[in-house]
Amino acid sequence: MNGVHDMGGQPAGAINTEEHELSFFEKRVDAMLRLLTDPARPFFSVDELRRAIESLAPDRYHGLAYYERWIEAMRMLLEEKGVLQPAEVDARIDQLRQRLGA
Amino acid sequence: MTDHHHDHDDPHAPIEEQAGPPTPHELLEHALRELLVEKGIFQAGDVQAYIENMELRTPAQGARMVAKIWNDPAYRRLALEDGKAAATALDIDVSVAPELVILENTPERHYVVVCTLCSCYPRMVLGVPPAWYKSRAYRSRVVGEPREVLREFGTELPAETEIQVVDSTADMRYLVVPMRPAGTEDWSEERLAKLVTRDSMVGVSVAKDPATV
Repeated sequence: MNGVHDMGGQPAGAINTEEHELSFFEKRVDAMLRLLTDPARPFFSVDELRRAIESLAPDRYHGLAYYERWIEAMRMLLEEKGVLQPAEVDARIDQLRQRLGA
Repeated sequence: MTDHHHDHDDPHAPIEEQAGPPTPHELLEHALRELLVEKGIFQAGDVQAYIENMELRTPAQGARMVAKIWNDPAYRRLALEDGKAAATALDIDVSVAPELVILENTPERHYVVVCTLCSCYPRMVLGVPPAWYKSRAYRSRVVGEPREVLREFGTELPAETEIQVVDSTADMRYLVVPMRPAGTEDWSEERLAKLVTRDSMVGVSVAKDPATV
């Protein structure tokens, strides 16, 4: 059974070949993934990240940008593994929102 | 689907710098990072160190491998046998990378690489993948209509050249060796490397015309 990520052979439009440098946000997410999946002391594996990303509902999968999917999946896994509690993540987001005037 | 991009000219700007109010995902990233640092999962400096390490990884590394494969028959044999060993031989750190397979293009067969399921890419020798490699359009279409996709990249191959599409996986990455342009027999490896583009090492393009370099 194919998931939303199983795209090979599906019809799709033109390819946008524009280059762009990764934003700081994207670089930080990329870095965090590598640190959390460090073979010396992994908190989860890249395969688990794939599983979490692919568990997103199709419209969410297609609606989020690439690294946005990653950070949502990383949150899911960190909570699943008990490294972080949902309430403390929510609380910190609220604090930051106030601190940064978002 | 949008990516948020902030232009920063200073590569050493502190990682906290933002260009506008943070998006929900930027807030999430910031929250996770702060909490993980507080819990001692990693240090704040580790993130910056990793970013700086990745910024050093560019297609120039893959290009050096290709130039040497063109120029040095013993190195070519090593590369075809064991891609990671070939990278290591050129001081490219691939200690945490999955297996790397080197695919040589010939007049009969042209390889093009994709990861249909996600975005597997030989980052340790090419740096981060371009946005198009990760896009739905590329992942969907290159397996079914590679010749048309290559045309969108400005690449037209002879009709008698077979195109083989290779799907990367989490455990196996691929580097394409484009065909060596004619008239470069006496070129140094340094000069040869200038002909090798990232796109030619993914397989959506061929090496540059020597007259342009």
